[in-house]
Amino acid sequence: MSAPRRRRGPGVADWIVLVAVVIGAILIAFPFALVLINSFKSPQDYATSGPLSLPTGLYLDGIVAFWERVDFPEKLWNSFWISGVTAILAVLISVLNAFAIGIGRVRGRTWVILAFLLANLLPQEALLYPLYQMFREVGLYNNPWSVVIIFTVIQSAFGTYLLSSVYGTFPKEILEAAALDGASRWRTLWRVIVPISRPTLAVLVIFFFIWTWNEFLIPLTFLIDNANQTVPVAISVLQGDRLMDVTTTSASALLGVIPTLIFFLIFQRTLTRGITAGAVK
Amino acid sequence: MAATVPFVRPAAKTRRPAEQSSFPDRGIRPASWWLYLVPGLALLTVIIVVPLVWNVYLSFTSYRGIRPPEFIGLENWIELVGDARFWASFGNTIAMIVAMVIIPTSVGLLVAAALFDIIGRRFGGRLASFLRATYYLPQILPVAIAGIVIGWILRPQNGALNTILQSIGLGDLATNWLGHPDTALPSVMAVLVWVQIGYPIVIFMAALQRVDPELYEAAELDGAGWFRRFRAITLGMIRPEIFVVTLTCTIAALKVFGPIFVLTRGGPGSSTLVPAYYAYSEFFQSQQVGYGATIATALTIVVGIVAIVFIRAQAAVERADRGDS
Repeated sequence: MSAPRRRRGPGVADWIVLVAVVIGAILIAFPFALVLINSFKSPQDYATSGPLSLPTGLYLDGIVAFWERVDFPEKLWNSFWISGVTAILAVLISVLNAFAIGIGRVRGRTWVILAFLLANLLPQEALLYPLYQMFREVGLYNNPWSVVIIFTVIQSAFGTYLLSSVYGTFPKEILEAAALDGASRWRTLWRVIVPISRPTLAVLVIFFFIWTWNEFLIPLTFLIDNANQTVPVAISVLQGDRLMDVTTTSASALLGVIPTLIFFLIFQRTLTRGITAGAVK
Repeated sequence: MAATVPFVRPAAKTRRPAEQSSFPDRGIRPASWWLYLVPGLALLTVIIVVPLVWNVYLSFTSYRGIRPPEFIGLENWIELVGDARFWASFGNTIAMIVAMVIIPTSVGLLVAAALFDIIGRRFGGRLASFLRATYYLPQILPVAIAGIVIGWILRPQNGALNTILQSIGLGDLATNWLGHPDTALPSVMAVLVWVQIGYPIVIFMAALQRVDPELYEAAELDGAGWFRRFRAITLGMIRPEIFVVTLTCTIAALKVFGPIFVLTRGGPGSSTLVPAYYAYSEFFQSQQVGYGATIATALTIVVGIVAIVFIRAQAAVERADRGDS
């Protein structure tokens, strides 16, 4: 190779590009900032000084009013429980499927993978009414378990697809070593394969959790009682309510944003890397 | 939201003989591998296959949710073909594709290339990562909440956008953004662009990690300008990712529901109606379940066709590439 080249400093054109990209980023962040500052204003403050000024005092009534109105802790718990149980069950099913497909290499596995993939691609509307009827029949309509069961299947369809190709390249030597020690398939799965693939499984749990948290159509349809609703559904159904003044509505948007913002800060590295897990082979 | 769509790629091919498991069984022949697929396939059947088939059947019936569905043959489908609202909803889907695929992918390419090739190399990787995270921020929101955030800014009476316009002397431009037929669709599109823009940037930047930065430096020394580097290196290297992003976002655009539900409910008139919302409102508002099932089935067929066309095209391009080398 040639001698290390001296990097040249940024030129005028580079600065122009930087400024353009920064302006774009400011535009993207602007709605978040607007919602944040206006959630802490009184409606009078908003009316007199407009949306762009900082609040004149710390006004928490909008947030408190909305918090109590929707019983926000309850909604947080509902979302947390539904997303958490779904994430764990979906990873469990994904592991079992991927074990048979990726390591067991069952006959016709390409078709099985294709079936799971299609399940994940389908528009949920095509399943919505029959599922609604089914869950009414078995008495699980308006029950969080209906949402958990549906998303366990939809998320594990993606998980099966991804994990099957991960397990397809699982080192054969490790499986042979386990077999020499007399371990059965079942034991090898839980004692060897799952522990070794734990990083991938952790990424899947995080993804399934956040994806389920963000879901809308099916929770909206299946969770009718206020007491069962998830955060996005509870906030959405109150929009346009005439008791919601301008800053209370802003507060409702803020409360919807905050939990996902926290997930993002905690899992930022996993999310921005893991998002490409299936795309880059 | 697009991140919730899988990345459609054939599973990794290995050189093992087709039907041989990589698991070394010893002693007595253990139970079939299919046992492990029983829970997954049973759930898939009950939650996906049966409802899907039932939905297709419902599209051939008159069903209002109370008395049993009555078979009426192709009546719903004939009605669908002549239904102006249905075609309007598909027309709006084109707008959704512009907002979720065409704008984010093309702007995303430029921003990703600028972040990687210029900002990352000249101003430091930390700044590039920070900007990338900022662009990605709306992607983490539940899409319904994203709709509420922008909907709040677009409020008709005292919304932030109208207030700002008035304060800078452009009060004439202030309008009921979501309530006016001319501005409702562009407003919904703006929400979707805002939500979607970070997804291609993150994917493309991850793809660019494969590129040796020396390549850019060498091209630059050879006198290749920014645009030539972009065309020759960036576009060439990340073509597989462009395929994946276009496919997943197109399918997501066909399925848009949340922002329409929270912002406009398809209105005013049918100016922001999309097939997903149209089907939903037929199911649960008009109680025209058979017709709603017809719309949902038509949407499923379109999604299927799009997926197949994309995967075929990708396979053809990959074959062509192998042929060249």
